[in-house]
Amino acid sequence: MAEETEQKPAKPAPAAPAAPPAKTKEEVLADPIVAAVASAMPAAFVNAKDAIGEISLYVARESIVDVCRAFKADSFTYLVDLCGSDYSTFPGHAGERFCVNYLLYSFEKNVRIRLKVFVADDVSVPSVTSVWKTANWHERETFDMFGIRFEGHPNLERILMWEGFNGHPLRKDFPIRGIDTGARIYPEVFPPGGGPAAGSTGKSHEDVNIWKGPAVPYGRSPKGQVPETKQVEAPQGSSDEGKADA
Amino acid sequence: MTQTMLNLHEMEISFGPQHPSTHGVLRVMVKIDGERIVDAKPIIGYLHRGTEKLFENMNYPQCVPHTDRLDYVASATSNEGFVGAVEKLLGITDQIPRRAKIIRVMLAELQRLSSHLLWLATHAIDLGAMTPFFYTFRERELILDLFEDYCGARLTLNCMRIGGQADDVNAQWLQKLADFLGIFDAALDEYESLLTTNRIWRKRTVGIGVITPEDAIDWGLTGPPLRGSGIEWDIRRAFPYEVYSDLKFEIPVGRNGDTYDRYLCRMEEMRQSKKILEQCVTMIADTKEGDLKAKVSRVIRPAEGEAYFSVECPKGELGYYIIADGKNPNAYRCHVRPPSFVNLSALPDLVKGHLVADMVAVIGTIDIVLGEVDR
Repeated sequence: MAEETEQKPAKPAPAAPAAPPAKTKEEVLADPIVAAVASAMPAAFVNAKDAIGEISLYVARESIVDVCRAFKADSFTYLVDLCGSDYSTFPGHAGERFCVNYLLYSFEKNVRIRLKVFVADDVSVPSVTSVWKTANWHERETFDMFGIRFEGHPNLERILMWEGFNGHPLRKDFPIRGIDTGARIYPEVFPPGGGPAAGSTGKSHEDVNIWKGPAVPYGRSPKGQVPETKQVEAPQGSSDEGKADA
Repeated sequence: MTQTMLNLHEMEISFGPQHPSTHGVLRVMVKIDGERIVDAKPIIGYLHRGTEKLFENMNYPQCVPHTDRLDYVASATSNEGFVGAVEKLLGITDQIPRRAKIIRVMLAELQRLSSHLLWLATHAIDLGAMTPFFYTFRERELILDLFEDYCGARLTLNCMRIGGQADDVNAQWLQKLADFLGIFDAALDEYESLLTTNRIWRKRTVGIGVITPEDAIDWGLTGPPLRGSGIEWDIRRAFPYEVYSDLKFEIPVGRNGDTYDRYLCRMEEMRQSKKILEQCVTMIADTKEGDLKAKVSRVIRPAEGEAYFSVECPKGELGYYIIADGKNPNAYRCHVRPPSFVNLSALPDLVKGHLVADMVAVIGTIDIVLGEVDR
């Protein structure tokens, strides 16, 4: 919020709701939605937050399977979603790099809760496939996209990228332009190692890329990156303005 | 006999990715013993475009057209989920004008109809019934015309904005919608007369791809596959968004959890969508014309936080999980929870022991769109 006012000193920040005081960890854990599990295994919960109506519990890596089992026994029978996130460039983040987010739903209480497990690079997370079958593909995707390994997963292989792809695309250090995978098209036509990279048009990098020059975040300001085109007069007689037709 | 000798009966065939009944580029490695399926392994990712990576690198309004391309036959609901998530993050959900909300519901329900009509057409064709295709596409055309009149596009609508709607509906459009609703019940009866009591249709669908309620929850199924197993659960009822809490509609559920029940569920869902649309046409008369947008700052930069928002898209629960860092006008992380992806993961369980031809029925009944599975 301070940032917002710095940029526009004249106007007060629009549509900024007066934030209610943030709940402490103890207050969130005492919430009747999660209190039963939280009181049974207090050591498992590192932190807890309650923002915009969503409860996030930060769980220690070792106890995630036990916590999930306990929540499943306590009416949270449904794993809605499981995904990873890479906090390496998150402003002010000083903890471990990756986070695995679990979203649980309870049919009885009609409420969702989120579990977050932070892990460092090259540290594996216990798999929850033994608790929910649906975790299987979610964990495969998280492994594929972030390289987070899940211990005890029956078949941890890539799911969206192809087997043998070198990299994990949703890591923050993976370039948005993609990487040269080394794969070459038409190896029998082009000399060894000389063919264009798979997926390219065969032209040089500078010709193909409309955002020339040094890498800039995609979509930030196309002006100045796209060569200017001359204005062409619109052809006459284009009276195709459908909407008025009843 | 040794294990290798036993395996000689079995054969592994690659089903897809270029197969008309896989509804896109799904590939399934099927292990078969004669005509019986011993095991199936879906292989996906042929349509992976890195949408989540793109979302991290462009500002929020720029993301909306990309959500069209997730579920390309139901883009309005994809838009709705994304703008809803950003609005939740901004804390302006309750400031969206009522007229905009009603228009969103109308578009979403029309989209549900068009998606279900496409599903019915392709599902029936997969099982050898050619005729419903011509009937359903006749009505689907009318829906696409309505979309075209509203926003100019027919498939990739890009019809919702963060904070409200860009375009209003006029009396002519509402009249056209009412005309369409007037004929739709008769059209539905016509489809049902072709299939519901058809002996071949029943033979191909009853008892195929059965999933119990417990397994359905374990596999995380949503939408008609979950309701077909008898669980009355719908995001529109569990977490009402837009104006769904003011609308009267029922949630159809199946009994046996087989392909036929899922078919019946979707047919009834279409009737309910039609009812919702009729209510919307009456409700919108009480709102002020042109009142479509909440106040949103020009640069959308939510405070640091995270939000999960989901809508009931035609396939099930479509959720968006956005992490904002409070510094940049783009999402730090935006994860899409696609219903097709999760529903497809249950495919091996659903087809084991069935014939190869029944797998076509099961792929049709879980109604996948590969744009959403692969993102």
